[in-house]
Amino acid sequence: MIQIVDLHKSFGIKPVLQGVNLEIRKGETLVIIGRSGCGKSVLLKHIIGLLHPDSGKILINQVNTLALRGEALNQFRLKISMVFQGAALFDSLTVMENVGFLLYEHSELTRAEISKRVREKLRMVGLHGVENLMPSELSGGMKKRVGIARALCSEPSILLYDEPTTGLDPIMADAINTLINRFHAKLDVTSIVVTHDMTSAYKIADRIAMLYDGKIIALGTPDDIRNTLDPVVKQFITGEAVGPITDRERKFAVDEYNNLGDI
Amino acid sequence: MKLGTVRRMTGLLHWMARLGAKSIDFFHEAGGISILFARTVYTMSTTRLRWSQCVDQMNRIGVTSLPLVFLTAIFTGMVLALQSAYQLRYLQAVQFTADLVALSITRELGPVLTAMVVAGRVGAGITAELGTMKVTEQIDALQSLATDPVRYLVVPRFVASFFMLFVLTIYADFIGMLGGYLVGVFKLDISSSQYIARTFDALVLKDIYTGLIKAFVFGIVIGLVGCYFGFKTEGGAEGVGRATTLSVVTALVLIISFDCLCTALFYFMF
Ligand SMILES: Nc1ncnc2c1ncn2[C@@H]1O[C@H](COP(=O)(O)OP(=O)(O)OP(=O)(O)O)[C@@H](O)[C@H]1O
Ligand SMILES: [Mg+2]
Repeated sequence: MIQIVDLHKSFGIKPVLQGVNLEIRKGETLVIIGRSGCGKSVLLKHIIGLLHPDSGKILINQVNTLALRGEALNQFRLKISMVFQGAALFDSLTVMENVGFLLYEHSELTRAEISKRVREKLRMVGLHGVENLMPSELSGGMKKRVGIARALCSEPSILLYDEPTTGLDPIMADAINTLINRFHAKLDVTSIVVTHDMTSAYKIADRIAMLYDGKIIALGTPDDIRNTLDPVVKQFITGEAVGPITDRERKFAVDEYNNLGDI
Repeated sequence: MKLGTVRRMTGLLHWMARLGAKSIDFFHEAGGISILFARTVYTMSTTRLRWSQCVDQMNRIGVTSLPLVFLTAIFTGMVLALQSAYQLRYLQAVQFTADLVALSITRELGPVLTAMVVAGRVGAGITAELGTMKVTEQIDALQSLATDPVRYLVVPRFVASFFMLFVLTIYADFIGMLGGYLVGVFKLDISSSQYIARTFDALVLKDIYTGLIKAFVFGIVIGLVGCYFGFKTEGGAEGVGRATTLSVVTALVLIISFDCLCTALFYFMF
């Protein structure tokens, strides 16, 4: 359903994505893992069309989303939602207005209906009585959950979560995992979840992909990943401080140090 | 070649490269601001205006600027009266103070000083607000919720700054002349009726509307530049600070340049 074909993206001279190929099936939950700074958020922003690649294509239901403009782009964005890493709540609006934003802007529902829908979504993420607070009055974890509620409010068919459980206590994190699973079972949504947290990755994933060095280097079921022989993936999932990933980084650091000597 | 010559030449080359880069930057920004202008006008003409948001911004941009504009205008009017009287005294023509104040304020100082204080106060505020939204991904979130940031954020600020500069300039013209009047009547011993009569004699409609045309231009500049640098903000709190400074400096430079351009244009046209 979502096909990412040979995606390249650099910021200035710094390459971030260097040929990402990935296919996401309808109705599955795909977890993307990878080190901090490897370009996971950048990849998600490409899928929702906030960033444009230097080259490559993204097809969603066979439609090239990069070519969409104007009204077509808006229609596309009504079907796909993203939970941002830092929640990205509008800080001049109340929680109610944040969560119901899309409904206020793009639906014919009355205020009472919107408010009912907003309360329902907030309850799903374990929040109540916060409708009239401003985002600055919420804790980090509460912001995150309001962000999730906002993404759910439009009842999209594709949901992108950027680290939905980071910064939550373990019990809340597990509740969010359960929530993601529940949507998956009930609503037939396709989810892409970026996370560092292997416990939640194993719990929610149908398949896990690992992004490393600007490419997808591993893709498989949670069991495939758990039993992988690839030393890079292995170091990441076990969280070893020493291994091929860190060796490479150390080598880069040494090279850079030597290059500095030349100047 | 001697080493000194080589050094001097590479120095010159560096300098030229820097100049080149700077002028490319300049045209880049000018192009960006023009594109934003075009998009704003296009959005305004194709979508319904959100009046409640416009009114909200008008309040923030216009009404809250009144005290500052009042102070600037009244002191400018007073200073202008004193400075012109100082020179007119030698010509035994102190009563012409009224003419001088009226003309300078309506044609030049009213619009320009109002624009400058509003650029410092409001332009900076717009950039800081939108810049913070940018670095905390709120602009991304807005787009992901199928909402065009130009329509939602730029248009109300643009409309508000356009109209409010106009209103504030009329206000500043009036207050500035009041300042001149106070000095004229209480310090220079011009009679109240004479001062008022001279003011009305001196002013023709052209003086007022050329001043107000400038106000419209400055309103456009302040709204657009504020939004443009807000959208361009990168990199956290420090980035917001940098963008805000750049925004105010650019707005001031543009205000002065457009002032010169408009004045020259009016001079040759009328
Ligand atoms: N707008 C931008 N301009 C310049 N560089 C950027 C921009 N956005 C991201 N980058 C760079 O791209 C790289 C990947 O960033 P990204 O945010 O995707 O990392 P990530 O994998 O999500 O990391 P984390 O797990 O810490 O969130 C980073 O090195 C970052 O410096
Ligand atoms: Mg990220």
